[in-house]
Amino acid sequence: MLSHLRPAIALTVFFTILTGLAYPLAMTGIAQGLFPAAANGSLIERNGTSVGSTLIAQPFAGTGYLHPRASASNYNAAGTGATNYGPTSATLIADVTARRAAWEALNGSPAPIDAVTSSGSGVDPDISPETALAQADRIAAARGADPAAIRAMIEGAVQGRTLGLYGEPRVNVLLTNIALDEAFPMPPAGN
Amino acid sequence: MTVLSYALYFAALVGLAWALAVWMTRVYAGTLPTPLLRIEGALLRLSGGSPDREMSWSAYALAVLAFNLAGFIMLYAILRLQAVLPLNPDGIGAMAPDLAFNTAVSFVTNTNWQAYSGEAQLSYLSQMAGLTVQNFVSAGTGMAVAVAVIRGFVAAKGTTIGNFWVDLTRSVLWILLPLSILLALFLAAQGVPQTLQGAVVATGVEGQEQVIARGPAAAQIAIKQLGTNGGGFFGVNSAHPFENPTIASNLAQSLSILLIPVAFCFLFGRMAGDRRQGLAIFAAMGVMFVAGLAVIHVYEVMGNPALGLGANMEGKEQRFGAMLSSLWAASTTAASNGSVNAMHDSFMPLSGLVMLLNMQIGEVVFGGVGAGFYGMLLYVVLAVFLAGLMVGRTPEYLGRKIEAREVTLAVLAFLSMPLGILVGGAIAATVPAAMAAVQDPGPHGLSEILYAYSSATGNNGSAFGGYGAALTWHTTALGIVMLLGRYAIIVPMLAIAGSMIRKTQAPVTSGTFPTHGPLFVTLLVLTVVILGALTFFPVLALGPIAEETARVAGQSF
Repeated sequence: MLSHLRPAIALTVFFTILTGLAYPLAMTGIAQGLFPAAANGSLIERNGTSVGSTLIAQPFAGTGYLHPRASASNYNAAGTGATNYGPTSATLIADVTARRAAWEALNGSPAPIDAVTSSGSGVDPDISPETALAQADRIAAARGADPAAIRAMIEGAVQGRTLGLYGEPRVNVLLTNIALDEAFPMPPAGN
Repeated sequence: MTVLSYALYFAALVGLAWALAVWMTRVYAGTLPTPLLRIEGALLRLSGGSPDREMSWSAYALAVLAFNLAGFIMLYAILRLQAVLPLNPDGIGAMAPDLAFNTAVSFVTNTNWQAYSGEAQLSYLSQMAGLTVQNFVSAGTGMAVAVAVIRGFVAAKGTTIGNFWVDLTRSVLWILLPLSILLALFLAAQGVPQTLQGAVVATGVEGQEQVIARGPAAAQIAIKQLGTNGGGFFGVNSAHPFENPTIASNLAQSLSILLIPVAFCFLFGRMAGDRRQGLAIFAAMGVMFVAGLAVIHVYEVMGNPALGLGANMEGKEQRFGAMLSSLWAASTTAASNGSVNAMHDSFMPLSGLVMLLNMQIGEVVFGGVGAGFYGMLLYVVLAVFLAGLMVGRTPEYLGRKIEAREVTLAVLAFLSMPLGILVGGAIAATVPAAMAAVQDPGPHGLSEILYAYSSATGNNGSAFGGYGAALTWHTTALGIVMLLGRYAIIVPMLAIAGSMIRKTQAPVTSGTFPTHGPLFVTLLVLTVVILGALTFFPVLALGPIAEETARVAGQSF
């Protein structure tokens, strides 16, 4: 055992320097040089301040916006989490039932499954195209815009499956809402 | 369409693993280009690793233990001192002693169980110089042990099975590090943060403030997948859009989880000088993997009628949906990886059953890097022994006799799984201080306990996340079963290798039981399934099977 101590300690120190410092620092340097936007969190700047990350959901309550999927951790991007309820959890079933009623009352159409379930990360940036399109009429009404134009904008924002095979079609909520604000500004409050 | 997607994925996986096995054969045989050999030789001589001296099995085992002990002390110290060490832009405090013990054991044993939440409880230094290092060297340890065990079965008669320091250094320098560099840069390009800047405070579109944690994640995530470690940079692991932003990042990570474990099958065939031997083990693992994946896929796509029509999207990300979440769940539990891209606690009961079984049989369906392969050799010894009993002939594997000593050691190693899972789980299910961790009432609560102890003993690291594993009881008990599940298998397997290599290799005759055909593959699969089922079926009946029965009857808890 004693004869093993020297290589055990020496290699621990060596690998700490190589894989614990040199490797991540080199990756940081290269990533910051080659793709700084992606490596810094895909942030969106507006008027010099950050409004969020394209990859991270933020809460939307206004009727003029697409609403993201439910979050068990209140869209906290510094402390992510899921419900972790099991499939036979009465709490889960009650929560989903209540969410469905609220969603359908707000949007006036049946809620797709992703609109009533909580995401895995609590900051899922996407919703399904069905869930997005079902919110078009409400958004159009709030913005005094043509529902067909809103629907067309959402359809244009749909990302399809990769290679036509992998992943699910989806709409990025934050990017679409920012685009909506630019194309169909909210009417001034009080109107 | 679904079948085509899976088929393409597996074709890519097998192709990449095949190519990697060719490279790995050269790495472990020491036939790399001279400049690379000079680098590793200099490093090993400088560190006192005596690269020219071969080790007996017991010296090899002691070297493994000494190295892992040094790693444990180093990591524990970093976690306890992180508050006063540099690279802590978010001002994170010291980790509590029991949690630091759990985390250090977890990373040294290649489990990477997360009783902590990365963005809230780890400084950047802890992530880099602490966890990332163990991601590399715990994986390297598993690969080294597997190569030494393989030598015991296939190398010429002798008394030594290689030099641990050489095998470890080669695994890290020439296999894990180059692959990690490629994957880390690919992930960073896809949107995984790789920055030393602290969290950003954004003002959202509706004016609300949002603190967005980030950090040097891509480098850590690359090795966490390649080394079947699985401990995430962020709390929700690869479900987090920063860990796994796109479909491309998901596919690359999914492939990385299984890449080295699959390559080990082919490496084995090459080292044995008979590629069919490796293909047979690959086939046995592959059959079990596909069967498990099929169950998970069907149940997740079918969904949970209690929540509404459509796939089971609770705890899943929209971009991945049911299919990519199922593929990941099957891969991560089979391969002892333990990272998740969807929350396993919220999967359907029988999906959970498959994930539990994948871990309970000892993580041998591809398994952890190296660990899955030497774990499967344990079952090979038992399968060959059973075959010998059935035909009344002395069992042989690759020309060497399997005798009482090897079978005793294999059974001893096998028993560590039920010991950790059933005994550890039973205690956790009876002690009130431990029961406080259970989130869901009813049979799902038992599944949560079982999952925690299966994951820890199998050195997997994934969790039914509702289970409050941060309780001191569990950080301690789970830490202990992680050690059991790692070293109570490594040491007997090295002993088997040390015993095998002393035996004369008999030439193959017409009376030799072939260990490369469909008959052997079937026998091996049955050995795994029967041993696993006999050991764990009773408790699985009370957990996931009872839950499924209740669910079909429309009951909730």
